[in-house]
Amino acid sequence: MTPAIEISGVTKRYGSLTALDNVSLSVSRGEMFGLIGPDGAGKSSLYRILATLLSPDSGYARIDGLDSVADYRRLRSIIGYMPEKFSLYPDLTVSENLEFFASLFGVSVDDNFDLIESVFSQLRQFPDRKAGALSGGMKQKLALSCALIHRPRILLLDEPTTGVDAVSRSEFWDILSTLRDKGITIVVSTSYMDEATRCQRIAMIDNGRILDVDTPRRLISRLDENLFNASSSDMFSLLNHLRSMPEVIDCYTFGATLHVVGREDFNPDKAMDFLSHSGLPDVRIYPAKGDIEDLFIKLTRYEEQC
Amino acid sequence: MKSNVEKVISVSNLTKRFGSFTAVDHISFDVCRGEIFGFLGANGAGKTTAMRMLCGLSRPTEGNGRVAGCDILTQTEMIKRHIGYMSQKFSLYSELTVDENIRLFSTIYSMTDVQIMEASSRLYAELGMESMRRTRVSDIPVGWRQKLAFATATIHRPDIVFLDEPTGGVDPVTRRKFWEHIYKASSEGMTIFVTTHYLDEAEYCDRVSIMVDGCISALDSPAALKRKYHADTIDEVFRIVASEAKRDE
Repeated sequence: MTPAIEISGVTKRYGSLTALDNVSLSVSRGEMFGLIGPDGAGKSSLYRILATLLSPDSGYARIDGLDSVADYRRLRSIIGYMPEKFSLYPDLTVSENLEFFASLFGVSVDDNFDLIESVFSQLRQFPDRKAGALSGGMKQKLALSCALIHRPRILLLDEPTTGVDAVSRSEFWDILSTLRDKGITIVVSTSYMDEATRCQRIAMIDNGRILDVDTPRRLISRLDENLFNASSSDMFSLLNHLRSMPEVIDCYTFGATLHVVGREDFNPDKAMDFLSHSGLPDVRIYPAKGDIEDLFIKLTRYEEQC
Repeated sequence: MKSNVEKVISVSNLTKRFGSFTAVDHISFDVCRGEIFGFLGANGAGKTTAMRMLCGLSRPTEGNGRVAGCDILTQTEMIKRHIGYMSQKFSLYSELTVDENIRLFSTIYSMTDVQIMEASSRLYAELGMESMRRTRVSDIPVGWRQKLAFATATIHRPDIVFLDEPTGGVDPVTRRKFWEHIYKASSEGMTIFVTTHYLDEAEYCDRVSIMVDGCISALDSPAALKRKYHADTIDEVFRIVASEAKRDE
């Protein structure tokens, strides 16, 4: 069976800037695939190529076996695309937006309502509200409904949960899981690393290149760093002190603690003594388990050094 | 919170109604000078409306209070001179150059030409952005843009800076760098009032409040909130507190 998405040697340049540099990727049918990378990494360019809105300079992208350039018309009815920026018409009401997008694809809202029912349920209470007057979480749900209304086989979501609170984000991802269970292939980018772990596989992308692709668990298991938690009642001083130590490769905030990446000669007990003698209150340093966020930081650190 | 510390925000029973809808419902709290105060809540809980009242942009239906020494009912224009504001959605004009943005914002903050010259040379030195003076903001990388946005929002050395989701959609590395600016400003005595949906960032605050349906349902230091709700992270605390919400967004 052909993969849902096959990207091979795709390069895209804007003037002197190389947004995508020989990118190759394959996404299986029914897969939840995550794209993770800093701003300017090339994620949106990749989305726009998959959405048939941009042509690669070289290489090709095939979606459902169709070429993103030659077969763009047929492809557009197969893909649903939710761009990063709010994609709805703010002056149209909730139901007008939905009807408008359905009419673009020559389908009726009623025919495909079963697919969007779970997404749309809360929006049903205010069909006449203008899209521009909806709160952040509701806008996302309407945008997803509009991207789904023509029953696409492949869903392209570019940072769908930016600006959405933690509880609504969980709900949004539950909805994505039910869509995937219905056989829809989903490619989703996010800046929330907890969401990345809900994908079956993720690609780490930076400077237009794919740095690594695998399941979140296997990616994390490859994080072979000497990682520690550090805390003190003066966290900002602790951060600056740790960074100035030669046996510390990197130190960054990590929720309630700091994460310290130590060189081989980093000794947590010695470091604790040293920091306490430097006047830092209540210093604690103990081993930490890395996650996707540590991996992201490691990869971008490595990239910066290149 | 120490009671002997100067309060730069102090509001009591702050309420805002739109018709029959109560967006903000009798909230009362204080923020101390130099504090990093995290203002959390679900979408639609009333955070933006509350922030607009604190910034003097919206008149409370009920309640009163002071922000940066000014009365929020009668001295709204004065408030604006003593605060800075930045959000991810809007902070800089991308069609203008770095220099033009700095001049524009310092003029808006009523700074004199001499003050502007001093402040911008200080800012360029601190940020290491001298070479980008004539670059359009749209052409500089997002990490620099964030640094610049924060520096611009605080160019007039305000007592308080309001940051409305300053890191929305920003990657983990750039977010962290941004928070180091926050830490630094706070250590220099600036008060930080910040909203975020990244709950690891809430852990970096001195105190956080969680708004639910227009009310403040929880307010304490991250450590105390975690103890109270038997949670390991503020993320868990947030889910417990926010799940009490009754009203739709």
